[in-house]
Amino acid sequence: MIPEIGHYALILALSMAIIQSVLPLIGAQQAKASWIAVARPAAQGQFAFVLVAFGCLTYAFITNDFSVQYAASHSNSQLPIEYRIAAVWGGHEGSLLLWALMLAGWTFAVSILSKNLPDEMVARVIGVLGLVSVGFLLFLLLTSNPFDRLIPAALDGRDLNPLLQDPGLIIHPPMLYMGYVGFSVAFAFAIAALLSGRLDAAWARWSRPWTTAAWCFLTIGIALGSWWAYYELGWGGWWFWDPVENASFMPWLIGTALIHSLAVTEKRGSFKNWTVLLAIIAFSMSLLGTFLVRSGVLTSVHAFATDPARGVYILGFLAVTIGGSLFLYAVRAPSVSKGGEFSMLSRETLLLSNNVLLVVACGTVLLGTLYPLLLDALDMGKISVGPPYFNSVFVPLMMPLLFLIGLAPFVRWKKANLGELARLLRWAFCVALVVALLLPFTMGEWHWMVSLSLLMAMWIIVTAMLGFIRRVKRGNGLKGISMSYYGMQIGHLGMAVFVIGVAMIGGYQTEKDVRMEIGDVTSVGGYTFRFDGVVDQAGPNYQATRGYIQVMKDGENVMLMHPEKRIYNVQTMPMTEAAIDSGFTRDLYVSLGEPVSGGAWSVRIYHKPFVNWIWGGCALMALGGLFAICDRRYRIASRQRKEAEKRKMATANKGSSGDATGTAAVAREAKV
Amino acid sequence: MVRYLKYLTPLVVFLVVVWFLGRGLYLNPREVPSPLVDKPAPVFSVADLHRPERQFSSEKMMGQVWILNVWASWCRACRDEHPLFVELGRKNIVPIVGLNYKDQRGDALEWLRALGDPYVASAYDVDGRVGMDFGVYGVPETYVIDKQGIIRYKHIGPVTAKSLETKVVALVKELQQ
Repeated sequence: MIPEIGHYALILALSMAIIQSVLPLIGAQQAKASWIAVARPAAQGQFAFVLVAFGCLTYAFITNDFSVQYAASHSNSQLPIEYRIAAVWGGHEGSLLLWALMLAGWTFAVSILSKNLPDEMVARVIGVLGLVSVGFLLFLLLTSNPFDRLIPAALDGRDLNPLLQDPGLIIHPPMLYMGYVGFSVAFAFAIAALLSGRLDAAWARWSRPWTTAAWCFLTIGIALGSWWAYYELGWGGWWFWDPVENASFMPWLIGTALIHSLAVTEKRGSFKNWTVLLAIIAFSMSLLGTFLVRSGVLTSVHAFATDPARGVYILGFLAVTIGGSLFLYAVRAPSVSKGGEFSMLSRETLLLSNNVLLVVACGTVLLGTLYPLLLDALDMGKISVGPPYFNSVFVPLMMPLLFLIGLAPFVRWKKANLGELARLLRWAFCVALVVALLLPFTMGEWHWMVSLSLLMAMWIIVTAMLGFIRRVKRGNGLKGISMSYYGMQIGHLGMAVFVIGVAMIGGYQTEKDVRMEIGDVTSVGGYTFRFDGVVDQAGPNYQATRGYIQVMKDGENVMLMHPEKRIYNVQTMPMTEAAIDSGFTRDLYVSLGEPVSGGAWSVRIYHKPFVNWIWGGCALMALGGLFAICDRRYRIASRQRKEAEKRKMATANKGSSGDATGTAAVAREAKV
Repeated sequence: MVRYLKYLTPLVVFLVVVWFLGRGLYLNPREVPSPLVDKPAPVFSVADLHRPERQFSSEKMMGQVWILNVWASWCRACRDEHPLFVELGRKNIVPIVGLNYKDQRGDALEWLRALGDPYVASAYDVDGRVGMDFGVYGVPETYVIDKQGIIRYKHIGPVTAKSLETKVVALVKELQQ
């Protein structure tokens, strides 16, 4: 009964989504207030129905209802409750339902947080989001219904893929999806602006916080995935240029370009066409990611179930949505006014360079990801593109980008003075240079690549500090600095921290696979590891073979590490439990391989300097985004806009005062 | 006119990408020739699936032509190809070794009980280390290894009656000469 309610709720949600898209869009075009007013309630209704559907599916998992085909293939009565809930999105159908739920959730958020926006604009945004919802709900109902019954019911479920039974998997996909789906809001704002012909600074200001929020989720989602692969799967690395990883990284690159381009459009009214195009591309990349992951056109270490019918549907959906948007762009873009002029050396130019670098970087990743497919489609043979390609094309693109991060915040809008800039920043550059040249020596070995990366990281850190000092001197202390400035610099510092982590891992990590007998000693990364044998031990719900590894540094005992091989009683499944000593400047990682012969074991030992800085940097970037969203400007501007709207209603002939006040508020804020 | 064409570029680029993606749907990305073909097969020693206390060592297979079939109970495609291996196993032409990849022992044994066990030995690669050494992209995969322990053929994805007969069995017979 419950699954049928879920199925029915899904159908109702689809009907609601159709109403949510058709009426408001037509209403906004023909200025019918009653049709426009449908937008918010329809969006909220759609969210409620998708939520009911999701709840019903979760209920089927919690109560072990194996008459539901999807639950029978992805859960098991012995699965702990938290994994039974996570198993809801452990397979194709459920993860799509999660997609639909998040899309409806974002739309719901737009419907309640947009009180200050013109109703007509909100109607268009919600209408476009409704169209995307229609696409996904149809996809669910036509090709991937999670509520299909299995008759007769299975006695027990086939269980969740053991690889996925991990706390990392409970949160990693939802975070990633929040990011993916969040770009649909930026996309909807862009399409709404194209439809209305109102591509202006106000539009950029409205879509900025939404775009930044989606970007934050995506940043966290990608970082969690990387962290999970490192800690839990024991892959030993933090990024593999796997097609599925690339699928999440491409929207991130475009999203990063988009939040910078939106800044120019908001502050200077320039780059309007470019910003709209980026918003469309960012969402295309999210859809493309979904297509690549779900259709099986590429081989990947992430072995997902694949089905060509689903691939055809997503591709068709992609073609209609993005093709239609780009067509609309081609029709509307030529008539958009150009923004203010700017000279060769100005913040506009630097942000444009940032955009070009990020888009080219995304292009190289896209090319590398699709290249095997392109050649195959042209009958030119089968190849695989691996990390060597990505590292050799991606890294050179990132270096100038990192340099710009330090420079751009000091460059004036419109026109800057090179001499003044050089005077201002020469000491910052010298400090960064000296540190970058000397620091690698403390690690024992000098690599030019590490040194160059460190130069860029130090450059970002030193210039950020200089920026804060200048602001404090000019205004009234740290409190006088706007949240968006904090956000920007924290995000940039996050990038620097990330780069330090990557450079140190690239230059100084050591990995060793050794065969060790009792008493054997091996040296890795300045530490000495002595194998003291294994002991069988019973855990709460498993039998373990516990290794004893004494770690020594400079002849003194530092710690005892205990990697384990466990066999879980219930599932009789052996697991390798690595011993990781996590530290601020390095991780030590020891795992037991197999018993070789006569008491000897194969042992894997890693020394990973600064590896945690990689994820710490990502967390800082996301935190920076959070700061930027909290900027007072968005609330002030919208409040004043609302007052202006009220005045406009009172005196109908007052024209566009709303815009003027909004811009004035921004100008005031920018001065602080 | 030229001014308008500029704005059509993104659409055109997009349509080209869609065309390629559409073709891609009907290609098989798993048919990648393995770099390991004509190289010595990685030597491995892991627990036996049926008797956890015993080890299966690939060195035991030296001196004869054999087939390594990588499978898992959670893999749908393995279910499709399995009857073909059961059939082949019955003919006793060539020893087939099963590599049970990232699986649970109970599930795997139940699967073999239900669908038949064509394997002379089953290695239990629980954490996928052996699979990694062999460069396994996804399950199922099938390898033909010759008397000197050299990989002579790799089949990615489920075998069909035709591919098993024309490629695998034909090659095995040739190598056994």
